[in-house]
Amino acid sequence: MKDKDRQEKIQENLKKWREGPFAKFQQRGWNEAFTSYREPVKEIYTPLDYSDDEYLEKAGFPGQYPFVRGVYPTMYRGRPWTMRQYAGFASAEESNRRYRYLLEQGQTGLSVAFDLPTQIGLDSDHPLADGEVGKVGVPIDSLADMEILFDQIPLDKVSTSMTINSPAAVLLAMYIALAEKQGVSADKLKGTIQNDILKEYFARGTYIFPPGPSLRLITDIFAYCSRELPNWNTISISGYHIREAGANAVQELAFTLADGIAYVKAALQAGLKVDEFAPRLSFFFNAQMNLLEEVAKFRAARRLWAKIMEEKFGAENPKSKMLRFHTQTAGASLTAQQAQNNIVRVTIQALAAVLGGTQSLHTNSYDEAWALPSEESVRIALRTQQIIASESGSTSTVDPLGGSYYVESLTDDIEKRVEEYLEKIEEMGGMVKAIEKGYVQREIQKSAYEMQKRVERQEDIVVGVNKYAQEEPSPTDLLEVDPQMEKEQIKKLKNTRAKRDEKEAQKALEQLKKTAQEDENLMPAIIDAVKAYATLGEICDVLRSIYGEYQAPTF
Amino acid sequence: MGENKIRVLIAKPGLDGHDRGAKVVAQALRDAGMEVIYTGLRRTPDQIVSAAVQEDVQVIGLSSLSGAHNHLFKKVAELLQEKGHEDILLIGGGIIPEKDRKQLEDVGFDRIFSPGTSTEDIVSYIKEKVNG
Repeated sequence: MKDKDRQEKIQENLKKWREGPFAKFQQRGWNEAFTSYREPVKEIYTPLDYSDDEYLEKAGFPGQYPFVRGVYPTMYRGRPWTMRQYAGFASAEESNRRYRYLLEQGQTGLSVAFDLPTQIGLDSDHPLADGEVGKVGVPIDSLADMEILFDQIPLDKVSTSMTINSPAAVLLAMYIALAEKQGVSADKLKGTIQNDILKEYFARGTYIFPPGPSLRLITDIFAYCSRELPNWNTISISGYHIREAGANAVQELAFTLADGIAYVKAALQAGLKVDEFAPRLSFFFNAQMNLLEEVAKFRAARRLWAKIMEEKFGAENPKSKMLRFHTQTAGASLTAQQAQNNIVRVTIQALAAVLGGTQSLHTNSYDEAWALPSEESVRIALRTQQIIASESGSTSTVDPLGGSYYVESLTDDIEKRVEEYLEKIEEMGGMVKAIEKGYVQREIQKSAYEMQKRVERQEDIVVGVNKYAQEEPSPTDLLEVDPQMEKEQIKKLKNTRAKRDEKEAQKALEQLKKTAQEDENLMPAIIDAVKAYATLGEICDVLRSIYGEYQAPTF
Repeated sequence: MGENKIRVLIAKPGLDGHDRGAKVVAQALRDAGMEVIYTGLRRTPDQIVSAAVQEDVQVIGLSSLSGAHNHLFKKVAELLQEKGHEDILLIGGGIIPEKDRKQLEDVGFDRIFSPGTSTEDIVSYIKEKVNG
């Protein structure tokens, strides 16, 4: 009764305010404002938009269902997020040097970028690899390259994230084999493989096999790791690339969670129990420029996933319901013009990730609209995280924006809209079907095109591009990958093939072929093959011969 | 007045999967009344040149964000010259440093567009070059 009176009073006063002082000032100037998903933003948010009546059910406390306020009770007061810069280029030697530099500078986890041939399961001497070796990441043809990549880096001391999808099983096998050589048992290994094939079909492009066998590879990894690598994140279900491809915040969440649902379903179908594999599922999101909306997005993601796991899949282990995530600042928001402004953009985006409760973070370097980052620019990017962690005070309390009328109202709104998308995708027969129909691609494409048009009409402002532009000299000191590297990598690869016990390599590949034709878990056969120095391309060719290759439709 | 539509091939050479820009440009050219064929991902320079010839296009637009532009773009330009199709307007875009842009313009590219270019600028550039 008292509450009702209070609500009515607020309503009454808001109306008076709106018609009085607000209306008067509005005549002096008033700009439209929208969310990234094009909903108008109100002039002010009040207890009418968010009341804490259902606080315990909808928010609760950090480390408790539904985890809106954070997945761990102490969050950054316990320890800061993992600072993890994605890096890799030219060769295993060069990349190893960059990793050791980053660790010396206080980075706390590694993140391996592979070149495109590696990501598509091609050896460096494959005709399609021509011109691509070592360009966007490190080329890994065999265990021999992996040995160089992690030289003097003890695998029981670091956690390593590997951005690898279609051939994730092969790279994970190499990591396990390398650990064994270092005398580190598999159960000590900590890290993540991206292993998220579905978004490759519609947002990132490094697919090899069709969806069916790809999902089998993924669930084989889930099953193997639940027994042998209990500390390994078996997948990083990624919205990052979906957002980069042009999706808005709601679409980013909706399509990522829909992918997550598809993986859980596939694993259940393969006979796994939900609480066996779900605690090791992890996520990866984008941090874009709209600070408060992004915070709401991360909070909504946690509540949505917790509900999905509990209500849809009957998970009981609280860890199965925790959405743990990595964040990367938005590459597509970086400008080539006045590139140093990107340092400021990255700071705002990184702050969104931290206020949103991320578990690990990559901050982009300011020169990335031109080339791969230089050592100087990557240091500034890392320092940005360190400044937020040590100087900004934003880590002092858990979920500091919880209870903000605006942020809470946005959290609810995003949640509701994501649920609508999820229902629609479910009606289409799930995410694989929605991708095959081109629905997801079209939604993203539409959103990307509209965004571009708004920038061109100056409805959306990009400083230095469509406003405050100025003449400037072109940047120098960009990182360049020596084209000579490709030839050297091919030489190394040929050398590995010549030096290995050929019979053993062929035998292992034969065994893999047999396993692939049956139902057995593929991981042991892949591990044997990498140990025999069978190459990534050879292993993937065996799988291609059984599973075929995905042919992407164009929309 | 009965003017034929400008025919454009938008192509992704190499293994790069970033196709947001390519698709946005394709859509913008379509909206400007051009006939646009988009190749999809992972095309070799050979496939791109054959498609261009087969589809009888007046313009080829290449997109690359993977750092392989020097190698792959150059190959497309060479193949076009080899086959006597220098008349096709050859343009490109992506993550391409200034220095490389100039080099590519030296080996046969009419124009490499930098990040932040508006689609309107691309449309008017093509119209001016093709229709004169």
